[in-house]
Amino acid sequence: MNKPEKLAVPRVRAEADGTFSITTGKVDIGQGISTALAQIAAEELGVDVSKIRMLSPNTSESPDEGVTSGSLSIQDGGKSLRAACAAFRGSPEKSSEHYKIVGKSVPRLDLPAKFAGKPSYLQDMQLPGMLHGRVVRPPHTFKRLISLGETKGITVVQDGSFVGVLAETEFEAIEAQKKVRARAKWEAGPEAPEDWAPWLKAHVAQDIISKETKDDAAKARAVKTVKGAYTKPLIAHASIGPSCAIAQWKDGKLEVWSHTQGIYNLRKELALVLRTNEADIVVRHAEGAGCYGHNGADDVALDAALLARKAGGRPVRLQWMRDDEFAWEPYGPAAAYEMEAGLDAEGRIVFWRHDFWSNGCTHRPGRLDKPTLWAAGQIADAFERAPATNPPLPAGGSDRNALPGYDFPDQRVMNHYVTEMPVRGSSLRALGAFGNVFAIESFMDELALEAGSDPVSFRLKHLKDPRAIAVIQEIAPRFRKGAGHGIAYAKYKNLGAYCAVLAEVEADGAELRCKRLVAAVDVGLPVNPDGVINQVEGGLIQAASWTLKEAVKPGMLGWEDYPILKFTEVPAVEVLLIRNSFNSVGAGECTMGPVAAAIANALHDALGVRARHLPLTPENIAKAINA
Amino acid sequence: MKINVNGSPLESSAHPDTPLLYVLRNDFGLVGSRFGCGGGQCGACMVLVDGRPMASCDVLLSFIQDKKIITVEGLDGRVQRALVAEQAAQCGYCMSGIAVSASAFLQKNSSPTEDQIREALEKHLCRCGSHSRVIRAVQRVAREQA
Repeated sequence: MNKPEKLAVPRVRAEADGTFSITTGKVDIGQGISTALAQIAAEELGVDVSKIRMLSPNTSESPDEGVTSGSLSIQDGGKSLRAACAAFRGSPEKSSEHYKIVGKSVPRLDLPAKFAGKPSYLQDMQLPGMLHGRVVRPPHTFKRLISLGETKGITVVQDGSFVGVLAETEFEAIEAQKKVRARAKWEAGPEAPEDWAPWLKAHVAQDIISKETKDDAAKARAVKTVKGAYTKPLIAHASIGPSCAIAQWKDGKLEVWSHTQGIYNLRKELALVLRTNEADIVVRHAEGAGCYGHNGADDVALDAALLARKAGGRPVRLQWMRDDEFAWEPYGPAAAYEMEAGLDAEGRIVFWRHDFWSNGCTHRPGRLDKPTLWAAGQIADAFERAPATNPPLPAGGSDRNALPGYDFPDQRVMNHYVTEMPVRGSSLRALGAFGNVFAIESFMDELALEAGSDPVSFRLKHLKDPRAIAVIQEIAPRFRKGAGHGIAYAKYKNLGAYCAVLAEVEADGAELRCKRLVAAVDVGLPVNPDGVINQVEGGLIQAASWTLKEAVKPGMLGWEDYPILKFTEVPAVEVLLIRNSFNSVGAGECTMGPVAAAIANALHDALGVRARHLPLTPENIAKAINA
Repeated sequence: MKINVNGSPLESSAHPDTPLLYVLRNDFGLVGSRFGCGGGQCGACMVLVDGRPMASCDVLLSFIQDKKIITVEGLDGRVQRALVAEQAAQCGYCMSGIAVSASAFLQKNSSPTEDQIREALEKHLCRCGSHSRVIRAVQRVAREQA
């Protein structure tokens, strides 16, 4: 990451019309980062935001800033841009007390055109002479293609078990895809486990101690031991716009338009799989529909490049259909958690055990010596694909936020890492933090109850960090025990945003409705306060949807197989933004885990039932009632 | 086939079984109707067919002969201005469809309750979670036209 690249275009360039062109390695994935980065550039250059033109990143002109992920675009991308702009002016960076543009709720620069229906997304791009492609895969994993069947009149591209079709019009491509798929025969691949927790526990490749601190004297003070086991299912990104890419080969050189989160990583992976040189590939970023992590963007880019190789130099637009996306996007992996803790006579936690079982949480391309993308394992000269891995702690992957943010004297956190992957998982918003925080913060409520304490003061008793205490105290006055209220707290990645969430639910038997979510959030100095609030609101609602409804079922094809929260079901949301001048950190992921636990805790407050298995559907709540 | 889109007569040579969505996007450059599911399940490609919201991915070209189509590009802009005022989006991919449905709804009901707004938009999926801002935007239009 952040390799010094020889760039054809400087980071900052003054244009003849008085505007400034800015290159950045961070990409807009629907979070509005371009506006926030434009504010940072405008601030340092001392010009109005309207004078800033953010150039779309590509591998021949933009800095390599790694992957746009992990809520790091403001923290890292903003920092490097600030430095570049200050260097351009030849003056030191402004100090935050002099900011006039950073810290203001500048309206998003991109929204008017999007709302007007202007071409805004890669899906909307049309190139001269463009062909339409579709990839042909069954809606389940497979070992190999057995036979294609009759394909007369259809332009089929086949490379081993990789199959696609090309057509002059999009409708013809879709019809051709349907016909070929109906006739092709596939040898089925590994089946997804029905119950993930026992499967994961039976397939551990490595036990890794994430953290251990011993305090035997403290541990000996325990008068009560409490245990809890929790699970989370596979969760889909389920973006409204399925993944899309355009690829064109000309004179042995490949140009790819992609909504990837990492243009350089994708280029590296494409070179590896296509057995060509990175120097002969240009990856251009174009915005896609909302991106919540590693979705089908990179896979479809490789698929498009394979189809375009047989397109006689014409560009090929490959749109994954809804069923392609649901079947082949990399999901957020399933995981199991076992917690154990001891309370002393004063109701204080003296020891803490947290064990979790999961695949790795990143299967992103271009990071390992083996490829990760689907087609790499499907072409005739196939590659062995790498397993999912974890970024190192403290940010971590499946272990993200597994380290408790509380002060416990004796603790051990153990990562039971599973490499075998019958269903492919990768990075979904917050990675392991969603499940770990769900487990930790549900368990904290269980412990509070055992200690005869209320959830607010029990948490505060185990916290020293004033910023953590502040976000909890911000929502505390809203908390009313017995009103279907639950709270939860986490500091994202243990180094990012502080977030405390209050959930208010209504339970009618096993039917659970989340009526309201309130989040108190500290992201340091908010570059664009309304942008932060907007992301947090979205994070609250998406996390509520994961928590209440979502679990991937093998063979799912459409939205009826994967319901998400609808307009009549979404909770009211409120964001209490703490204002300070600490370093700015990202806001997009901090709500995910706290929401899940806050809702489960609110369910307990409403019904007296502890639901430890996500999602909190009527079926799972009924099981918890009958347990 | 002759069709009428946003008040303009247009001629399409596409196969009559082609879903309207692809005709709008690829033949007429009206890409504001976004592709989401191809099966009428998400609302990203909503258009008005003789004033009634329909998913254009689920409407065949042959069906719309002699009917009047309004796409997001043909709206009067009031809903979109309110969406901007409320900054009602993260990615915005679903919003042109939502704008179409909201416009039609506000024609029928100029002072809706929050529950009525939610019901009216029930067919629209938004994955980024911008629902509460969308509801506020629809309320804003109702307020401004009162």
